[in-house]
Amino acid sequence: MKIKLIISIFFLFFTFFNSSISDELKLENKINKNLRCLICQGQSIYDSQSDFAESMKLVVKQKINSGMSEEEIYSFFKMQYGEWILYDPQFNTKNFALWLLPIVIFLVGGIIILAKFGVLKKR
Amino acid sequence: MKNQYYKFSIVTFFIFIFLIFYYGLKQKNFYTPEDISIKTLPNLFLKDFYTNNETSFNDILIDSNYYLINIWASWCLPCREEHTYLVQLKKNSPIKIIGINYKDKKDNALKFLDEFENPYFTILNDKNGTASIEIGAYGVPESLILNKEKKIIKKIIGPIDKKKFNEIKKLLKK
Repeated sequence: MKIKLIISIFFLFFTFFNSSISDELKLENKINKNLRCLICQGQSIYDSQSDFAESMKLVVKQKINSGMSEEEIYSFFKMQYGEWILYDPQFNTKNFALWLLPIVIFLVGGIIILAKFGVLKKR
Repeated sequence: MKNQYYKFSIVTFFIFIFLIFYYGLKQKNFYTPEDISIKTLPNLFLKDFYTNNETSFNDILIDSNYYLINIWASWCLPCREEHTYLVQLKKNSPIKIIGINYKDKKDNALKFLDEFENPYFTILNDKNGTASIEIGAYGVPESLILNKEKKIIKKIIGPIDKKKFNEIKKLLKK
């Protein structure tokens, strides 16, 4: 009985300790996956082992340890390297077609289909 | 009538695609931040290459109208090519050249400087490459030219060649 208790306490302690570490690591990995390795082709810094990516990962780690939030880290890298470094670009004048084109195609396609089946005419 | 409408829409569709590719492919595919001229250098604390004492950019960037910060390493081949231009710049112009030794071994770096001459006013050590990331660099070699107010007025990604050397000289004459 006692042994079971000790073991369960040990496991409880262990899982608690473990999860607190992995939270920080999770954030670090999430940020690393959202930053593009600028000198690689189509890789995030999480995937890459180039000199550039390795240093970037270190910088991300330092920034997290110094208490910067995720958004602050993104805006820091955006300021240094431009928006290209983020994998989730903001809506702007250069990429509005990419954002809007699928919606436009969907609507136009829908209208064509409806017109073909005569749904619009009947009404 | 319907036929004409089809032709018209197909032609406009292809013109649209052509324009997208024309402008898309004409753009430079190497991205540099656009508002580079506004940026000032962050004041980083780095270790001196020779003495290993901690120094900051604010301590070093004084008494000159122009500064050139050059990121280099002894293992980097293009750095060898650009080195002659750096030596020339040191001899012929009032620019203060500061080196950042990137992920390098000290012995090799010293050998490199022995062999090719030392154009640097000060050399700072960047053992893990984080300082280069903090100042927005992509790798080696890379050079930043700063004015009196420590604002970045030019960024050269890759080695300094004859063309870029002349550009720098023109910039310094202004």
